[in-house]
Order: sequence, then structure tokens, then C-alpha cells
Amino acid sequence: MIERTPILNIVTHLILIFGLVVILTPIWLAFVAATHTLQAVNSHPIEMWPGDQLLINLREAWAQSDFGPKFVNTLIVSTGVVLGKITLACITAFSLVFFNYRGRIVIFWMIFITLMLPLEVRIVPTYAVAANALSPFQTIMDAIGLTSLINMISGIEVALEWNLLNSYTGLILPLVATATGTFLYRQFFLTIPDELVEAARMDGAGPLRFLWDVLIPLSKTNIAALATIMFVYAWNQYLWPLLVITDRANYGMVVVQLSDLVPDQLTTGGGTPTWHLAMAATLVVMLPPIAIVIFMQRWFVRGLINTDK
Amino acid sequence: MRRAYFKTSWIAFALLAPQLLIIFVFFYWPSAQALYWAFTLEQPWGGGNTWVGFENFAKVLSDPYYWSSVRVSVIYALATTVLAMAMALTLAVFVDRQLSGYSAYRVAFIWPYAVAAPAVGLAFQFVFNPGAGIFSYINAVSPGMWNPSQYPSQAILSIVIAGAWKQVAYSFIFFLAALQSIPRSLTEAAAMDGARPLRRVLDLQLPLLTPTFFFLLVINITDSFTDSFGIVDTLTGGGPFRATDLLVYKIYADGFRGFDYSGAAAQSIILMCLVMALTFVQFRYVERRVHYT
Repeated sequence: MIERTPILNIVTHLILIFGLVVILTPIWLAFVAATHTLQAVNSHPIEMWPGDQLLINLREAWAQSDFGPKFVNTLIVSTGVVLGKITLACITAFSLVFFNYRGRIVIFWMIFITLMLPLEVRIVPTYAVAANALSPFQTIMDAIGLTSLINMISGIEVALEWNLLNSYTGLILPLVATATGTFLYRQFFLTIPDELVEAARMDGAGPLRFLWDVLIPLSKTNIAALATIMFVYAWNQYLWPLLVITDRANYGMVVVQLSDLVPDQLTTGGGTPTWHLAMAATLVVMLPPIAIVIFMQRWFVRGLINTDK
Repeated sequence: MRRAYFKTSWIAFALLAPQLLIIFVFFYWPSAQALYWAFTLEQPWGGGNTWVGFENFAKVLSDPYYWSSVRVSVIYALATTVLAMAMALTLAVFVDRQLSGYSAYRVAFIWPYAVAAPAVGLAFQFVFNPGAGIFSYINAVSPGMWNPSQYPSQAILSIVIAGAWKQVAYSFIFFLAALQSIPRSLTEAAAMDGARPLRRVLDLQLPLLTPTFFFLLVINITDSFTDSFGIVDTLTGGGPFRATDLLVYKIYADGFRGFDYSGAAAQSIILMCLVMALTFVQFRYVERRVHYT
């Protein structure tokens, strides 16, 4: 505190409390709705304070949406994205920073450009690739005449197919295919002093040993930062799983389940909208990433600011 | 610049290969595919695509629904960005004064970032619904006055408020980080020269925030194009009468519900160009931003 400003301090608190009210009101209302019965939620005057139905509503919403296996799926996919991203980002950045080969800069830009187009923007063609992940190679082989050549020699018709729809791989791989973490790791690796590399080489350490024994222990904060933001990112995916997963019973993710809970004419058949269940389910789905952000706040903020998302 | 390297060997390329393979299959190939579809038309009875030049684009650009989608997307982008950034900046400036309760305020303004877009949409659908939420009081006074599923302007207002609510946290985190990177000595020197807190905000902090401001402006507009899908899908479903049919939502509806791949691809290409143009603008400011954060 530089000077005493009693009036300004009161104003500050008032403004911040106003901000809190604005931010918390919608979630508070959703929470209150989740704690009442169907009748109470749809009656006047509306409830402003929690009732005693929270556990009952949670249990019913959980059963209705069959959240159990879906939480497991979401956890598998989020963990897969986190691990895939960290591993890929780390080894790619390592190769780009600690080796000196031709085309390094071009490759860096090729990877960097992927930051420009989010998955949502190129959703239609990405979906087509997911239907057969080997179709790019098939098309290339067809185009250069390799398919007909193989056919001529061996009599085998080459038809590559790897369908990623309704699979964990299909959910994970396209989410990993961006440069988010690569950039973060590159920035960090660039701060490693040359002397460290020279010392390692003098001691006879090869590149992989240097990566494993020196760099990875040094980049623990990086890993934590990247893991938190990627976990939240993967958990909250909506459009991609909505398209790729048609077999919701086996591969459904929790966030996608929300689309079935919109209480409109379609789901209630003209009956009273079941807001209490929809809000209970919303709370359940929101909670894990919120908990991560609150408990890992330091890493999360750091990761967010250093990766430009 | 680095001078010490490892000897280039197959290891360097083996480490590079997985990422290159993945971005080739899931980024470059689909983007190229979108271009191909945008300039061709699928035959109704199979037999490959025929080249149609700019016909798909002409069809998209002459579609009044497309232009209304562009219009509402621009309204949504500008309104959410202005609302979210104004609120985030105000909150960040006051949180940065670090009075008692500082860390509690900080957490309270950061956590909404973690809420999934469709969850935001669903929660706000409850808040805004004409029968049971707080807005039902309007209808109690004058029946039928508030109903976002019936009045386009109210539906747009709903998605703008929900979108802005979701965006506040992201801008807040960046503004606060930028404010905290302003050297303490600078603030103290200004105070010594007799600048009161509000004067310091206007003449010291805000000018130093300019790079962050431009960075967030671009990010928020880009995000409003891509991140809005979940909110629209659970809050309004694009309705009423296509009033909230934002660009990504329309691509999804045309491509996956209407099976018009060529039309959806042409729309994707236009959106890609738009997002890329915005990102180029951002790169011009990224360099300047680095000096402050």
C-alpha cells in the first residue's frame, strides 16, 4: 500500500462485490434449481435459497444420463490428450531446438501455423479424415500410381482403412494435432544455457539421455502448466465428440450428454421442463475442471499465459 | 542464439516424425480437403466430384441466410468482446490494488474459464427461460413479454450475455498478469510525483496495457467464432427463425444435418480466411506484448 485511501478502498470492494454477484448469479441460480423439486422450481415466486433435494436430484440425474461410464470415458480421453500433448510437444520441441539440421525453421513454421485454425473451423473435412484416417495415404498412393503397381505385381488390391469413429483414438488424436504445447516447450528449451549441452556432451551423454536426465526434470513446471490447461480443454470438448461418437452408450463423454438435457418440447413431450435434473447434471459436469483450475491455479494461469491458450 | 547442438542423427527425425504425421493427417490434409470440396460438387449418383470453380462460393454468398448468419456473428463477436473485456479490465484494475480478500477475488474471477460452453448455455437457458427463471417475473407483470425462444432479439441478447460471461475469466487472467508485471518502482515514482491512484490507472497502467489489450481483442473475436457452438447449441439451437445461427453453427447444420459438404466446405474456407486474417493482425502485436508480460 503506497498511500491511505479509505474511500477508494470502499469503492474498490463495492465494485469487486458487484463483479462477484454478476459472475456468481447464474451459477447460484443453477445450483438452487438443482436443490429443489420439479414443482418448486417451476412455481412462483422462484426459489433463491437452496432446498434439501440436492442429493436426490443428483442421483436421479446421474442415473438418467448414465454418467458412470461417461465419466470414465471423459477421464480416459482427457488423460490421453494430456499425455499425448506433453509427449509430442516435448520431443518435437527438443528436436527443433537441440539439433541443427536444414529445414528446421520451415518445419517450425509448419507446426506453428496449426495454431491458427481451431478444430471447430475445419470440422467437416476433419470428420471425413476420422472416418478413415488412412485415406490421405490411400489417395496419395492412388495418385502416384503405387496402388495399381502393387495390384499388378502381387494381385492385391490395396485398400487402407482405419476408421476412428466411435473410438478413443478418434477423440484424442485430432485434439492433439495442434502446436499449443510445442511452442511452450520451445520457449523453455531456448532458455537452457549452451554450457549445459556442452557439459552433457563432454560427459558422453547422447541426446536422449540429455532429454531424459536433464531436461525433463527441469521442465516439471512446464509439464504441470500444460497438463492443467490441456485437461480442461479436453474435458470441455463438445462439437468434436458430438460428431465422432454416435455410440454414446459406450463412448459418450459427459459434456456431450448436456445436449440431451435441454428441456424443450422434444425431451419433455410438452410436459413441465425438468430443470432441477438438467441443472443437477450441469453441476456434475462442470465440477471436475473447476476443481482443477482452483487447486492448480498457479500452474493453470502460467500455462495459459505462456501458450497463448 | 544457440551454438551447442547435438550431432544430427536419425534420432532428430524420429522425434519429429510423430507430430508431423499427426498434423499432416489431422490438420493439413483436412484443410486441403476443404479447399478441394469448396471448388467441386459431389455427383448425386456417385462417380467422384466435378470441378465447379467458384460456384459453391457464389451460392453461399448469394444465400440470404448466410448473410444473416454473418450479421449475427459480427454482432455476437463485437458485443461479447466489448462486454467481456470492459468487465475484465475493470475487475483486474481493482483486484490489482491487492486489498484484503485479494486471493479470494482472484479465484472467483478465474474459475469460470473452466466451465464448458454447453454447460454455460444450459445454465443460462434456465436463467433466461420464460417459465421458471428470474426472467419469469417479467412475464408475471406482462404475460408473453419475455420469451427468447420466440423473439429473435431476446435470443441474441441471451447468447451475448452467456458468451460474455464465459469470456470474462480469460481476459481477466491476462489483464491481471499484465498489471502485475508493471514494475513497482514505476508506480511508486508516480505516487511520489503526486499522482493519486485513479490518475495512475489512467496515465500509467492503461497505456502499459495496450499490447495486452490488442492481443485480447483479437483472441476474443476469434474465440467468439469458434467457442460459441456449445453455447448456441444448448441455449437457442440456432433459433428462433435462425436468429442465432452463428457461422460455425451453420457450417455444422449445413454439413452434418443437410449433408451439403460442398456448401459447408465453402463456408469453412471463408471462415478460415477470416480467422487467419485476424491471427495475422495478432502476430503484429505479439512481439510488442512480449516486452511487458
